[in-house]
Amino acid sequence: MTAQDFMTILDSKSLAEVLREYPLGRDFLANFRLNNLAQELTFSQALLEVEEEALAEFGLDRMGALKDFAEFLKQFTPQENLLAEVKSITIIGGWNKAKTPETISLTISAGEIISIVGPTGSGKSRLLNDIECLAQGDTLTGRTILVNGAELEDIQRFEMEGKLVAQLSQNMNFVMDLTVREFLEMHAKCRLTPNVNEVVAICFQCANQLAGEKFSENTLVTQLSGGQSRALMIADTAFMSDSPIILIDEIENAGINRRKAIALLAKREKIIFLSTHDPLLALSAHKRIIIKNGGIAKVIEISEAEKESLGIIENLDNTMQRLRTALRSGEVICMRDLRESSS
Amino acid sequence: MKLITVAGPPSSGKTSVILKLIGAMNRAPGGIGVVKFDCLTSFDNLSYEEAGIPVQTGFSGKICPDHYFVSNIEDAVQWGVQSGFELLITESAGLCNRCSPYIKGILSVCVIDNLSGVNTPRKIGPMLKYADIVVVTKGDIVSQAEREVFAFNIRQVNSAGKVVFVNGITGQGAFILAKYLRQARDIQSLRDTRLRFTTPAAVCSYCTGEIKIGAPYQMGMMKKMEFKQV
Repeated sequence: MTAQDFMTILDSKSLAEVLREYPLGRDFLANFRLNNLAQELTFSQALLEVEEEALAEFGLDRMGALKDFAEFLKQFTPQENLLAEVKSITIIGGWNKAKTPETISLTISAGEIISIVGPTGSGKSRLLNDIECLAQGDTLTGRTILVNGAELEDIQRFEMEGKLVAQLSQNMNFVMDLTVREFLEMHAKCRLTPNVNEVVAICFQCANQLAGEKFSENTLVTQLSGGQSRALMIADTAFMSDSPIILIDEIENAGINRRKAIALLAKREKIIFLSTHDPLLALSAHKRIIIKNGGIAKVIEISEAEKESLGIIENLDNTMQRLRTALRSGEVICMRDLRESSS
Repeated sequence: MKLITVAGPPSSGKTSVILKLIGAMNRAPGGIGVVKFDCLTSFDNLSYEEAGIPVQTGFSGKICPDHYFVSNIEDAVQWGVQSGFELLITESAGLCNRCSPYIKGILSVCVIDNLSGVNTPRKIGPMLKYADIVVVTKGDIVSQAEREVFAFNIRQVNSAGKVVFVNGITGQGAFILAKYLRQARDIQSLRDTRLRFTTPAAVCSYCTGEIKIGAPYQMGMMKKMEFKQV
């Protein structure tokens, strides 16, 4: 539907009918202090009751308000989603800081997990930046990122409006003063999700499975522990975010089942990049990109041998977890605790 | 010369974004200049000077910052043209949330930050509504969900504008912003161009220095609140 179609609707139906069909329209009215319009009239008729000066404060006149309302309804009516169509991305090498060409072409499909490793300052962020802006040989690294095997026009890159990539890092916090339930509902509303209750319930349940310590729907998001916050962010990203690509920057151990979390995202057919030095996470990935001197030095496919060591690493990790829990609950650590795990 | 106007609430990250933007534009030194419009004091000129960017700072003082902007913008453009800049960026703080120092036909950027609260975009008004590009900063410290809700609230107020996330510290996002801003039109002067929105109307006794409170001292353009009986 075009904005013109919505203008026709606004002119032929009463405001009450329009709002029944497009409840989000209430937000538009609230944004321009028009919440008290007579609902039995059409928008334009109801607007005649409003003083022109009140509209002018928002830089609007009556015709402009009608046009803006139509544009708003168009913007927030679900349309075909470009992002859902992202099935793969391909990284075509550019060059490193010494201008040595990177001889790689790596295609990553939905559901794949790629870890990125390398010393601090080696160029991990640059690679993540290239992916985020869908570099077309025009960034410092000269890399090209293809989506579904095709190059992108600049206009398509702008259209993505940062929605291509969702990010998750250890530094992130919730700043909203809302309960977990209100928070999830608000996000669902923004995503124009039709079955809000269902999605919110799944998200909440899943976040609780990932978190070490359980939390309730009525907890304020700002009061969640680090682990709980991370768990909620991951569940939310998995079930509510549109973005087909997820960039994860180190998730710490505490209070969250990291492997489960990453597996959940992969199951949702996302493309996952993990910047991590945590052996457990790095070896849980399918491939590993090694960054050196600003360039991709190597891509290692996780071998069977590496996967075998995963079991032992997991035991070590569990031991550390158990020691943490023991310390937290005031116990004294003894050698037996350590031996138990290695057997 | 191309001209871009940047506005945004105080401390939203305008200067950081402009510095990263200039970095991403990859131009010869001296090719890009900045005019900073501020109210009382500003320390941003130091950041620009440090980066080797020619900068002029103007303080509106007791004059409405918007009126000050409009009455000086043409001179700013002439300064830019005479200095041989390829690009001039103006930076101004929107202090009353109503300000919208945007000009028809000139690319306009509004900078707001994720920490200011999810409903802030719905409260800012013309400064956000009339921007061609809305740059969102400080996204690296809030959750993905809050970023999405924030962007959604921006689109509610400004459906036509583009939303770009820029990290003012690492510069992430500045590249794509720079690319977009290359579309800015070449101009030699702003004479006879128009503002996108009127500046705040204010010719009352208090504009001219009155400080006493009470009806006898109130003259000129006034707007009175309506108080309902409880």
